[in-house]
Amino acid sequence: MVKPHYSTTHICTDNVNLWFGNKHVLKNVNLPVYDKKVTALIGPSGCGKSTLLRCFNRMNDLISTCRITGKVTLHTQDIYAPHTDVTTVRTKVGMVFQSPNPFPKSIYNNIAYGLHIRGEKKPKVEQIVEKSLRDAWLWEEVKDRLKQSAFSLSGGQQQRLCIARALANNPDILLLDEPTSALDPQSTAKIEELCLELKNKVTILIVTHNIAQAGRISDYTAFMYLGEMVEFGETRKMFTVPKDKRTEAYLNGVFG
Amino acid sequence: MKRREWEEFLGVNLLRLVIGITVAFLILFLSVIFSKGGPMISWSFLTESPRKYMTEGGIFPAIVGTFWLTILSIAFSLPLGIFTAIYLSCYARAAWFVRITRLSVRTLAGVPSIIFGLFGRMVFVHLFGFGISILSGALTLGILALPMIINSSEEAIRGVPKDFWEASLALGATQRQTILRVILPTALPNILTGVIISIGRVAGETAPILFTAATFYTRQMPSSAMDEVMALPYHIYALMTEGAHASKQVPIAYGTAVVLLLVVLSISAIAIIIRYHMRRKRTW
Repeated sequence: MVKPHYSTTHICTDNVNLWFGNKHVLKNVNLPVYDKKVTALIGPSGCGKSTLLRCFNRMNDLISTCRITGKVTLHTQDIYAPHTDVTTVRTKVGMVFQSPNPFPKSIYNNIAYGLHIRGEKKPKVEQIVEKSLRDAWLWEEVKDRLKQSAFSLSGGQQQRLCIARALANNPDILLLDEPTSALDPQSTAKIEELCLELKNKVTILIVTHNIAQAGRISDYTAFMYLGEMVEFGETRKMFTVPKDKRTEAYLNGVFG
Repeated sequence: MKRREWEEFLGVNLLRLVIGITVAFLILFLSVIFSKGGPMISWSFLTESPRKYMTEGGIFPAIVGTFWLTILSIAFSLPLGIFTAIYLSCYARAAWFVRITRLSVRTLAGVPSIIFGLFGRMVFVHLFGFGISILSGALTLGILALPMIINSSEEAIRGVPKDFWEASLALGATQRQTILRVILPTALPNILTGVIISIGRVAGETAPILFTAATFYTRQMPSSAMDEVMALPYHIYALMTEGAHASKQVPIAYGTAVVLLLVVLSISAIAIIIRYHMRRKRTW
């Protein structure tokens, strides 16, 4: 394992164990996520990569049987410490889901949602909506129909809308949970390019079952298998010389 | 024809026959009510009070009474029902609690309406001292409507895709904000469906208001919720069972039935139009 450089680490897990009921889903997971880099989480289905992702914004809290030990640190703050304000954590750590899930509202109100619930005033909201849509490369396509339903957009546009919606909160980190698995190749390519652009502004942690995608866009890769963090390192190095036999087998398509 | 084709032919035509019978009943029903009651309908029938021991005149006080009873009962049961549904589907953690509550709601839905009438008499009329009044009647009708509204609201809320929950929470919204800003607006068209059904039932129920709100005859319009009122379904009942001039009363009863049907149908139509416009905005 690569030793994390703590000065540039944005989010970090320290011996995280997680159970759903009696099922031990994450086993002693240690993962550093570096500032303004793209980190990819790969591994076969059911290895716990989405569950790990959901530890970072405490979305696992929604599952009543979930129990977690260890530490998840955002900058220097343990986000599982008692009295942590979960809504603040989730504002700092944005999330985009597997299938596009815009609200049944207008394009504008989708982006403005996070701002509205914090009671931002109109001029500022309008300004941030435009900026977020520009940052997600959607502004030119939707600027004349902001009042229309978000469902009038194509799947790829909807997913970029969801990215814009998360960006409107001005997050430090963006969690992407297999964001392109429901999209066509062109929309996928666009989102991948967007990730490379966005990493100048936010730290990105992306779960993907597409090894090639991890190779194309990530700086670091973490390989998980059966709830364990098998290997973590620079993508270039790991993809050429994997240290662990299991990583090598997975990258070569032996299983997965 | 081969055996298989015969079976197909027979099956399809059997279905056609059954549907035909159903439609025929509806047509028969409407034509009986409208042919007997339709000729009674006139402007004066709708806007005047009954005269001469209800053998002449109109049914205006009964229309007003039914209107107020329905509106007030929904005003009482709608918020109560929606809040219960929200609690059951979003907040209640313990499975046993949800199960007991749901069982209670279902039991309530199965109680014969005449028993609600007795209950309303005991509790609202006597115990709370509201007397025979619009208020007592509306509360009794509200309890009758409550299970329907809770059930349909709970289903509507549970029907909202889980994605919307997650999206909202992941953006840093609290559970309360998520419910108010995403879940309820999304569920509203389906909640309205439940309301439509209950309005129809509430407006047409006779038994719950029999001992709590309705009066045989009053010349005055209700001036407050504490007044007793005439109501359309009870008016039909009264015309058919009391008085000594059946030949004059029965046509008025059919006329009243037509009005009651039209009132219920137009309330439903309004709600359906509202729901249609709300649904048109959404596509998922």
